Amino acid sequence: MIKSFKNNIKGILIEGLTLSSALIIIAIVVVMFAVIFIGGKDQISWEFLTSFPEDGMTKGGIFPAIYGTALLVVLMSVAAVPFGTITAIYLTEYAKENSIIAKAIRFAVRTLAVIPSIIYGLFGLGFFIKFVGTQMDETFLGGQLKWGQPNILWASLTMSLLTLPVVIVSVEEALKTVPRELRAASLALGATKWQTIWKVVIPGSISGILTGTILAVSRAAGEVAPILFTGVAYYLATLPGSLSDQFMVLGYHIYVMSTQSANVDQTMPIQFGTTFVLLMLTFILNFSAIILRYRIRKNKRD
Amino acid sequence: MTKKNKKGKTSGESDSGLIDITQRKFRWSDYLAEKIIKGVAFLSITIIILIFIFVFRESLPIFASAKSAEHTEAASTSTEVQETYGEVTDQSNVEEVQETYGEVTDQSAVQETYGEVTDTSSTKSPAESYAVSDGSGYDDNQSALKSLASKDWYPVSEKPRFGLYSLIIGTFKITVISILFAAPLAILAALYTASFAGKRLKEIIKPTIEMLAGFPSVVIGFFALMVLATFLQEVFHYDTRLNSFVGGIAMGIAAIPIIFTITEDALTAVPKTFYEASLALGASKWQTAFFVILPAATPGIFAAVLLGIGRVFGETMIALMATGNAAQMGMNPFESVRTLAATIGAEMAEVVFGDTHYNVLFLIGSVLFIFTFVINAIAEFYVKGKLMKRIQGK
Repeated sequence: MIKSFKNNIKGILIEGLTLSSALIIIAIVVVMFAVIFIGGKDQISWEFLTSFPEDGMTKGGIFPAIYGTALLVVLMSVAAVPFGTITAIYLTEYAKENSIIAKAIRFAVRTLAVIPSIIYGLFGLGFFIKFVGTQMDETFLGGQLKWGQPNILWASLTMSLLTLPVVIVSVEEALKTVPRELRAASLALGATKWQTIWKVVIPGSISGILTGTILAVSRAAGEVAPILFTGVAYYLATLPGSLSDQFMVLGYHIYVMSTQSANVDQTMPIQFGTTFVLLMLTFILNFSAIILRYRIRKNKRD
Repeated sequence: MTKKNKKGKTSGESDSGLIDITQRKFRWSDYLAEKIIKGVAFLSITIIILIFIFVFRESLPIFASAKSAEHTEAASTSTEVQETYGEVTDQSNVEEVQETYGEVTDQSAVQETYGEVTDTSSTKSPAESYAVSDGSGYDDNQSALKSLASKDWYPVSEKPRFGLYSLIIGTFKITVISILFAAPLAILAALYTASFAGKRLKEIIKPTIEMLAGFPSVVIGFFALMVLATFLQEVFHYDTRLNSFVGGIAMGIAAIPIIFTITEDALTAVPKTFYEASLALGASKWQTAFFVILPAATPGIFAAVLLGIGRVFGETMIALMATGNAAQMGMNPFESVRTLAATIGAEMAEVVFGDTHYNVLFLIGSVLFIFTFVINAIAEFYVKGKLMKRIQGK
């Protein structure tokens, strides 16, 4: 009797301990969100979103940073989504589950997902700018410096390497939800394997590809480290017009404004406003991805 | 079916002369599609190899030039870097990244060294400095190689010293603090969602923590810099506002979703039979959770913590914003520190291409890359093998 009573107390304690851990984490999320929401919501106006920084970045808006972020994620998606989708197709449709090649590719994908983002930045600098860019300048422009320096193209490509595993994982999950019977039916009707994939499997998993794209975009919009030295700029008076231009980005804007501007206190509203915009952007993207994914899983169960 | 078809493709018709209906006509489009898809799939492996090659390649000159150091010794007296020394102060108002750099930290010692970075870059236009790799490196390189093991990180002083020791200490300090903070929280929370939580509560906890994973690290860094640092200072009353404690907590926040998700996966992967057997033997719910489910999932939890460590180890933006960025040696958690990743992030934009400093930063990058690669490999192979064995009872 006494023993079971002690046990009960222990049980309650342990359940309480684990529950409070979960609640602490949720509290952290809520507090972070609330602080940024409250700090930033008054700053948000149409003008803030659509005008350029003024007076040495102490006033004005963040339009170039929004524009640069949008451009970056579009270019990144153009590179990452097709390659990620094709890799996922190979893994689910062509490779045998336990073949060495499939295992090696899966390992590589997971490694790509855990490599620190700053390493991608170094790689972008060493490979895209120093190696590819310099070669391009020498071959096409006779040594004139155009591609051998940081720009939005190299930054987007660097970013696409970082988001590649995100795309691969989501698309793979979606491809697996396409029922085997559909594939078998298509093959039985005389379609070739490629026709089956193109006409049956891909349309069936289009929402998964969309989820992957959204998640990749949300990741890329928030990352700063990979583009620190592959193309991002502190302040630009003009919007990037070509692929060889530098650009501004929301995340980097937050970083420089909060750590390196001359008067941090004066620009505080702008910092909170920018953080608010970035957080809202990633929040909305992630939320829609979660909903999409939930629907895919539900379809699978039905 | 399809596999047979593939093999039969090239052989065409069967020997008997009859039409074999299991064999399809060889189609170029199909063949090409397969080859292209296969080729693209290898891209991820190629990228890993390329990253390794190119990050490592840029750090090689440190080792290579140590050999050729003798014949450049004669020219070693010329110092090119220090001539424009005094300009730093004049330019501190100009709005460029380089000039306002020193303000990241409060440490005057660091400010000094930062100021010198500016000199090299401000004498050339940014565009030029990317193209020019001045050959000043050689004698520097030799002493640089020697100084790697020392404790001073003064990359741009008169006699540059690239002591990685304090950076490594700083990185480990931060990692330990953040894992001590994040791992218990995340593991216990995962245990709660996996063993105790009702369905509805689960549907709140899991997406919320998934949301946390979506917080950009620069946002967490901003939160730490603006709010967390002030809050913790008021609670603990220490001197330096930005220190390894604040940085560690902030990075812990970033690591929580990783540890939580993987732990939760590992816990739910434990077969239901374990759970049922334990209950049938008279154990209570919490006893089952603590003494059956948790031990069965240990390898998975170990993997989760490892990947959390990997995340913290390579985290750059939070380290840049919340740790104070001063290379200090002490073990006091309330001192500013400087991590390996933050060093790369802070200094790479300012160095001259091909300089020793540049090479050392790439060397740090190689160290980070190898470290995370090994951590991932351990989590992948060792842990998974063990987990499978334990759960399947082999």
